[in-house]
Amino acid sequence: MLRSAVVLLSAVLMFAAPAEANKVFVTNERSNNVTVLDSQSWEVIATFPAGNRPRGITISPDGKELYVCASDDDTVRVFDPETYKELHTLPSGPDPELFALDPSGNPLYVANEDDNLVTVVDVKTRRVLAEIPVGVEPEGVAVSPDAKTIINTSETTNMAHFISASTYEIEHNVRVDQRPRYAEFTADGKKLYVSSEIGGTVSVIDLTASEPAIAKKINFAVPGILPEWLQPVGVKATKDGSRVFVALGPANRVAVIDAAKDEVLEYLLVGQRVWQMAFTPGEEFLITTNGNSNDVSIIDVKEETVIRSVQVGEQPWGVVVAPY
Amino acid sequence: MSKLPLTLAVFCAAMLIALPLRAMEVKVAVLRVDRVVGPPISRLDAPPADLGFAGALLGNEDNRTTGAFTDTDYTLKTQAVALDKAGAALDALKAQGFNLITVIAEGGALKALSDQAGPEVLLLNAGARDETLRDVDCRANVLHVSPSRSMLSDSVIQFLMWKKWTRILLIHGSHPEDTLLAENYRKSAAKFGAEIVEEREFVDTGGARRTDTGHVMVQKQIPVFTQDAEDHDVIIAADEAGVFAPYLPYHSWDPRPVAGSAGLRPVSWHAAQEAWGATQFQRRFEKLTGRSMREEDYQTWLAMRVIGEAVMQSGKTDPASVRAYALSEDFELAAFKGQKLTFRPWNGQLRQPILLTDGRVTVSVSPQDGYLHQRSPLDTLGIDAPENACHAFGG
Repeated sequence: MLRSAVVLLSAVLMFAAPAEANKVFVTNERSNNVTVLDSQSWEVIATFPAGNRPRGITISPDGKELYVCASDDDTVRVFDPETYKELHTLPSGPDPELFALDPSGNPLYVANEDDNLVTVVDVKTRRVLAEIPVGVEPEGVAVSPDAKTIINTSETTNMAHFISASTYEIEHNVRVDQRPRYAEFTADGKKLYVSSEIGGTVSVIDLTASEPAIAKKINFAVPGILPEWLQPVGVKATKDGSRVFVALGPANRVAVIDAAKDEVLEYLLVGQRVWQMAFTPGEEFLITTNGNSNDVSIIDVKEETVIRSVQVGEQPWGVVVAPY
Repeated sequence: MSKLPLTLAVFCAAMLIALPLRAMEVKVAVLRVDRVVGPPISRLDAPPADLGFAGALLGNEDNRTTGAFTDTDYTLKTQAVALDKAGAALDALKAQGFNLITVIAEGGALKALSDQAGPEVLLLNAGARDETLRDVDCRANVLHVSPSRSMLSDSVIQFLMWKKWTRILLIHGSHPEDTLLAENYRKSAAKFGAEIVEEREFVDTGGARRTDTGHVMVQKQIPVFTQDAEDHDVIIAADEAGVFAPYLPYHSWDPRPVAGSAGLRPVSWHAAQEAWGATQFQRRFEKLTGRSMREEDYQTWLAMRVIGEAVMQSGKTDPASVRAYALSEDFELAAFKGQKLTFRPWNGQLRQPILLTDGRVTVSVSPQDGYLHQRSPLDTLGIDAPENACHAFGG
């Protein structure tokens, strides 16, 4: 009797929870800390110091290590996502801004803007495995779903470099518009989206032919907003391949794109200077960092509406959600 | 007998392998025409020997890094000459195959060089600010990457309007360039609705600019010079010759802020700028050259990047193609100013935001919010197409 009651109660609890509560980590570039939110209540549950000028942030696939680019410390700081204690640092090269983790959790690919290099760091041995010369001011880094290709965008050379993850050699270069910031693969690995902040476009690169080639450039237009302020930065694609979201910086909008046609469906009003974004694991929600309004906006992905905003630290920059 | 053809064949094969198929070579020169001037009022402003060359060096490095991915090689030659040797230097550069030449010179010298260079050469003006070079005296073979005086004066007045400091005491120097700059401030004030309530001329009487305990005299002179002026909110100094403006702040009779040639200065660049990714750019420059970046360096870097971008996007290296691409609607350049820079097709002037600095930080950036234009807010700075009398660009 008791046992069945427990089973029943457990079953009720399981169904009652619509989505798991995950920790959301937001780097605050100016206040030098990380804000932790709960993805169910959207309350701030903790704030912890993260070094000087924290920007890029990611988490290991097992959810045990949180990586933060502490740009002004010239290092990547590694934190325990449970205790928020700093575990150790990783050699990153100077002024790390953005990075990407191999899908297996190792190695970490870091863009070093000052030295025109992508640094490959073994997160276990904490050693630099390779330094790959790329274009001027490397910025965005992405790893293909099959882990075979690393993408790096270089802001002044204005290219997406396709780097072999086995040889660390550049295999292809694709010219994109001015100041490419972020690269995002579709889950099937057939397309790559590259945002160009100053060019004001997102390049859609087709990866199904023998050589990568630009299939389309997505332009943006919002009534009442000067075209100069439509500056695409963060890009996120849903796993089902239906939608791509693009953060438009000082335009304070996130563009919703139909990924089948690569056309803009609508623009969602978020906070000021929207920068980077992250999905919750089930892709129910998309969180955007808004650098000039010191908050994050929460987008309901299915409804394509902004459901709320939450105050965080000063000048929020990067965001990642714990997988568990 | 049979050995020679074989050697030749091997040699030819080696040549074929050594030469990449699409290799392009771009030769760019920077010609700096130096004038004889006294030391600046502040020794912090003394020009380094590699003024302008250092910026070109960074631009060339950036182009070479990019060129490595597109089989394009860039060569840079920098040369400083006295005014009377400028013409001969231009001829020598042409003879050496340089037909993309960045020039840092005063307006008169640039005009003479552009007339001498001919249509087979493209000059990029990284120095002269003269309005006439973009107007009645414009030349088809010159693109201007340095801002004009009216772009600078407009950027200051827009900021003063935003501050509601609309009553201006204009103090200008006695040199011809000061007179031109003062005229631009008058036009800018009229354009945006500020009022110049009074003008005074600070006459350069010659003599040493630096004397021991000179500040004692300045502390007595400047208050008297600025005494009994009409009610004003701000002083604008038009002192391009660099004779008196730095003495105005703190010494004026009325406690008023100073803008223009001292105090809040309009610049194309300064070494403390950090927004829009500029920190990395400043660091790359400092690492390469061992000093901080000046306006002339930013402007030569811009010139190199204009060439690099036009070559990469058009796939052509000849001056006519570089010019045509730069002036086309496809051209855009990211240059650490928060928006793309493009050329005005009617006179070859590069559109760009202007930084307003107190010498320590960026105080503001013009164009100011709310100044709108049918093409681009950047066209609220400087003379616009309808007022422009340049015809060399087909206008």
